[in-house]
Amino acid sequence: MPEITFLEAVNSALKEEMHADERVFLIGEDIGAYGGAFKVTGGMLDEFGPERIIDTPIAEAAVIGAAAGAAMCGMRPVAELQFIDFISCGGFDQLVTVAAKSRFRNGVPCPLVVRGPAGGGGRGGPFHSACPEMWFVSTPGIKVVFPATAYDAKGLLKSAIRDPDPVLFLEHKFLYRRIKDEVPNEDYVVPLGQALERRAGDEMTIITYGAMVHTSLEAAEELSKNGHSVRVIDLRTLVPLDEDTIVKAAIETSKVMIVHEDTRRGGLAGEIAAVINENAFDYLDGPILRVTAPDTPVPYAPSLEDAFLPQVSDIVTKANELLQY
Amino acid sequence: MLLTPRHIKASGGKPPEADKDHDKKAKGGELYGHYAANRRVLDKSAKYFVQKRKTSNDAGLSKAQLLELYRLLFETRRLEEHLVALYRQTQVVGGVYRSLGQEATAVGCAYGMRDGDYLQPLIRDLGATLTHGVMPLAMLRQYMAKATGPSGGRDLNTHFSDPNVGILGPVSMLGAMVPVLAGCLLASRFKKEDKAGLVFIGDGGSSTGAFYEGLNFAAVQKLPLVVVIESNHYAYSTPTTTQVPDGNLVRRAYGFGVDVSHVDGNDVLACYEATKLARERGLAGEGPTVIVSETYRRKGHAEHDNQAYVEDNEIEAWAKDNDPLDRYIEFLVKGKYTSKKALEKIRTEVEAELDAARDQAVAEEQPDAQTHLQAVFDDGNTPWPHYETWWRGGPTHREGS
Repeated sequence: MPEITFLEAVNSALKEEMHADERVFLIGEDIGAYGGAFKVTGGMLDEFGPERIIDTPIAEAAVIGAAAGAAMCGMRPVAELQFIDFISCGGFDQLVTVAAKSRFRNGVPCPLVVRGPAGGGGRGGPFHSACPEMWFVSTPGIKVVFPATAYDAKGLLKSAIRDPDPVLFLEHKFLYRRIKDEVPNEDYVVPLGQALERRAGDEMTIITYGAMVHTSLEAAEELSKNGHSVRVIDLRTLVPLDEDTIVKAAIETSKVMIVHEDTRRGGLAGEIAAVINENAFDYLDGPILRVTAPDTPVPYAPSLEDAFLPQVSDIVTKANELLQY
Repeated sequence: MLLTPRHIKASGGKPPEADKDHDKKAKGGELYGHYAANRRVLDKSAKYFVQKRKTSNDAGLSKAQLLELYRLLFETRRLEEHLVALYRQTQVVGGVYRSLGQEATAVGCAYGMRDGDYLQPLIRDLGATLTHGVMPLAMLRQYMAKATGPSGGRDLNTHFSDPNVGILGPVSMLGAMVPVLAGCLLASRFKKEDKAGLVFIGDGGSSTGAFYEGLNFAAVQKLPLVVVIESNHYAYSTPTTTQVPDGNLVRRAYGFGVDVSHVDGNDVLACYEATKLARERGLAGEGPTVIVSETYRRKGHAEHDNQAYVEDNEIEAWAKDNDPLDRYIEFLVKGKYTSKKALEKIRTEVEAELDAARDQAVAEEQPDAQTHLQAVFDDGNTPWPHYETWWRGGPTHREGS
């Protein structure tokens, strides 16, 4: 199997789905001749033409609104945002108001995908670095996907495009060119709603997703040098949430820590802790702990952003606290 | 008299002047607008003038079509009156949003579309909904939150959709459906369907960013979208002069680089004709048209609104001089298109149909929480009535039906 980057995996999922299904088209800003802000759609204009690779005005309500309308009328649009932060510009309403509620209130499926780069580490400052997943996790009607590897990015994006409901597909921009793994040439999908155990372990579990999967795996490796056996679970999909895998890990390891790059208050960690409390409280040997970004906007200066983002050392320190119980 | 004190104030205390050489200038290309037939075109200084035109059958509708339009106008008004009565009996869940005084815009514009076209009404476009093919029974069910309503009791009034019959119901976030309709027309382009879209917005809703983004996108893509701005003087309580400088929605519409038609919104035939032409232009690849329809909302935002913000005698003046149904009856009878007796027969038929629909809807049940809180995602449950239970089809005599 060839090794390709995360970015190439997204590109190849888009191309393959467009070849396989004529209902699939792309819509977004600078995705045509320029190939997208991060070049995810590079070369696709030549391959598919301007009718299926639609460059839009700088108008996120139009990008996602038009995608939603086309989806209701039988197409399979994939809308790109240059940075997922820009979903606050009118596109939020289209996703939350129009797309998410369409099936429930009308029985009209709205199978669109909104994808875009999320996350920090790129020194992008407050408006190019956010992890906005919780706005959508708390909105009934939208599935939320946040892959960590090239293999998953491709397989999950294919699932998202084929899914009958709206999907927000978050691509961590720090992974685009830094992550490379083996991706098959033949068609495959990774189903939505299934977490994956990235590392086996029985002393405690780290539950995480997105770029923090890699940080958490490094921390688990570090902890293993002191003889600790730490399980790492990559959620991959935040909605639907794989509660079975979460609860199983809590029962089997009795200690759980949740790591995410999103800010702390109202973050997914709180929801996961509640799921464990409701289903595995009697099995716990210690508190459910969190390692998250603090409740600030994402800062610009490297000294600040590095302090903002959870680091391997933060995870190791917190894990050692939990292992004391 | 279509002018109101508010319009006069908006133009500096002087009534806007009509241009006597209007038609000549339009032919000579001196005017921006294309639809001189509507006699509502701006000059290049974008001066805002409105005059009440004499209703005429320039579009050459048949007698059957003219009577069909009357039936729809009357049905709309009477259905709303039923809804008000039901509201006062606490049968309606939530509010009732009247279109009294502006029915001609909703009915006339929708009559200018064809079966299969996309329609996005707003709450005050019940008439457009009925005209495009929804049964009055469906609206009664929706307002009373019945399980049998198109949304199965999960959303209210005109808020229901089925793209299979071209109905794209609104959301309450105004302007949001303009890009969505553009997306529906993109889908039609992909599927090589000959479909146009009609989207209604108010003078207030046209101030939103989503409206701008959607219309601009449709214009860039040259999509066959007809945008009707129902300028009914008030967005809830806010006058048009607070929405846009001088209350001039027409001038704003030109800024989109689209064609603009300025119609007398209480003249059902002018609304029909403007929409028909706009639809044809759109399908010929010339892009969207904005129709600014001058009308007047004689009731409050909803039934609870006492309209204390309206100047004295304003509502009465519109009711007396410019009621869309009265004007249309006068046109039909004076023009000898029909007799008063024939119109009376239509009214009797509609009354009987509406009475039966009301009785049926009142007797039906609200949805069951066991079944109707499902299907947020595709979970195999479908607790929505099929459109065949609420769709009667487009008007028999409408063009293309």
